[in-house]
Amino acid sequence: MSPTADPPEPTDIGVIIRDNLHLEGPLLPILHGMQAAFGCVPDAARAPIAQALNITEAELHGVISFYHDFRREPAGKHVLKICRAEACQAVGANALSEEVLSRLGVNWHGTSSDGQVTVEPVFCLGLCACGPAAMVNGQVRGRVTADALVAEVAQ
Amino acid sequence: MSLKVWVPLDAAAKAMGADAVAAAFEAAGAQVVRNGSRGMIWLEPLVEVERDGVRVGYGPASVAMVGAIIDGSADSLGPVEDIPFYAKQNRLTFQRCGVIDPLSMADYEAHGGLTGLRRAIGMSAEEIVTEVTDSGLRGRGGAGFPTGIKWETVRRADAGQKYIVCNADEGDSGTFADRMIMEGDPFCLIEGMVIAGLGVGATKGYIYLRSEYPDAIDVMEAAIIIAKENNLLGRVLHSSHEFDIEVRVGAGAYVCGEETSLLNSLEGKRGVVRAKPPLPALEGFLGRPTVVNNVISLATVPVVFEKGAEHYASFGLGRSKGTMPIQIAGNVARGGLFETAFGMPLGELVNDIGGGTASGRPVKAVQVGGPLGAYFAPEKFDTPFAYETFDGEGGLIGHAGVVIFDDTADMLGLARFAMEFCAIESCGKCTPCRIGARRGVETIDRIGEGDVSAIPLLVDLCETMKDGSLCALGGFTPFPVMSALEQFPEEFAGAREEEFAGAREAGAREAGAREAAE
Repeated sequence: MSPTADPPEPTDIGVIIRDNLHLEGPLLPILHGMQAAFGCVPDAARAPIAQALNITEAELHGVISFYHDFRREPAGKHVLKICRAEACQAVGANALSEEVLSRLGVNWHGTSSDGQVTVEPVFCLGLCACGPAAMVNGQVRGRVTADALVAEVAQ
Repeated sequence: MSLKVWVPLDAAAKAMGADAVAAAFEAAGAQVVRNGSRGMIWLEPLVEVERDGVRVGYGPASVAMVGAIIDGSADSLGPVEDIPFYAKQNRLTFQRCGVIDPLSMADYEAHGGLTGLRRAIGMSAEEIVTEVTDSGLRGRGGAGFPTGIKWETVRRADAGQKYIVCNADEGDSGTFADRMIMEGDPFCLIEGMVIAGLGVGATKGYIYLRSEYPDAIDVMEAAIIIAKENNLLGRVLHSSHEFDIEVRVGAGAYVCGEETSLLNSLEGKRGVVRAKPPLPALEGFLGRPTVVNNVISLATVPVVFEKGAEHYASFGLGRSKGTMPIQIAGNVARGGLFETAFGMPLGELVNDIGGGTASGRPVKAVQVGGPLGAYFAPEKFDTPFAYETFDGEGGLIGHAGVVIFDDTADMLGLARFAMEFCAIESCGKCTPCRIGARRGVETIDRIGEGDVSAIPLLVDLCETMKDGSLCALGGFTPFPVMSALEQFPEEFAGAREEEFAGAREAGAREAGAREAAE
């Protein structure tokens, strides 16, 4: 799950674009493809994407920046998403996330100084009857505790 | 013969450790079926074992219990379908969820799957749409618009290419019905989309599925491949009809659950809301006639055709016909998905079905319908669960999520959160939402600091947002805010003066330090 650290190769960028270009509305699939390959949407991909889709880089920037999922830089080794929505708040999510953030020494969207973990808020994982809920590297976790989350991302 | 065991692959079951339990059963030589969830989330992972032809439940199960479950010495819950939470339901849409192997077409057909589609193939497009209209099915995403009328508009539209777009961007807190059916009975959604395609003359479908649901994405994509291999997709059941489906993954924007924003996102644009008209039914995806329906609306279509519109319409209350999968969540003793005919009083869902709070403390309020839904204090618990009755109480049922809070809930904090959430998720297209949400947070902070003169301002702002916003995000954010203010006025009366004075001083110190540094 953890993104590769290698700088993106222009050929890889081109392949991802080409593989999706036949789709109706190919931009989101292309951006997801970039993020899956490089851990982010690399700046180097912007000009070729804009070129391939015949849109301006300004328009492309508008799209990338609209969506919470797309990153400009790769995340830390682990990505921890903690649900902040109401159902999880009803079972203590606010106190939980404050404790996790403080123990990891980061703010929302922040990456720990050792690059070990990026913590992000998420608004609902559909685990509302077994909250507080979280996701660690794409794996769902229910009825979480701060201890369990901090221990898991320390590995 | 080895023991047959069901261990759900549902994300809630996985979140509670189902994968490890399934692996332990496999290691012990059991034949493991990964089913969907029965919806009794407080029992997850809910393991079922076949004994004398009856599925007996064990839960919440753990790896440590596997040996005792196999040798029969573990305490069982008895036959799963006799557990009161399950036995009291009218399962129509969710009739197979938790029962079958979600990725077995044979299992699907053995439990009534494809019966509806076979019937639809023998009908004209007009007859198909009439059947849906007669069933009284309304949009289960929240708006409650009659599904048949939407389909009729698309059916009558003249275009070379039409689309069925399934809105699987289930972002409302407290809701997980879409996720559960996609993970537990994906062919049912596919069958519903195919019938929609036959009804309106569309040959292509998209499922816009939120990225927060990776498990649902995996199951749906696997199901589409199997559906193609079995001619549920492609040339539909070897008839003259064609239909194909693609899954498209969202990217974390709540507003993309709004249908026009979703269409923009699907086209690869910013997910900003479009003004209506034109209706998506006439100018939707890529400007072509498009049915945009919620997962549950589409997944209910097969049972309407299997059992007939009249059967479906025989359930419900007034104009709210049929059943609703109600999701009981938050601080709740027995949380999960409870499908029942419209009309059950809210209090019965919260107290009798849900068993009250998990903390054992009194229920203070429940929020119904996601982050845009109103808070209901126990005084309103006799409200029957239906579209019109909730509307009459200044609320909405939305996607039928019921989130329970105990008496420690901070209503002013929750009202502030509603505005903050709207500010984070606003698409920015219309002014009342883009600017109003931000001003709303500030105004609630002023009230929290003890400035009661800001209360009329908040009321006025809510009116403006309600009347002037382009979509439900800005338009409905006032529901949680106003319902909290009206039912818990004492929490908005400035009792928090001390707490906020501290925060204000800290803010001033920080500002002073910044100035000094400059």
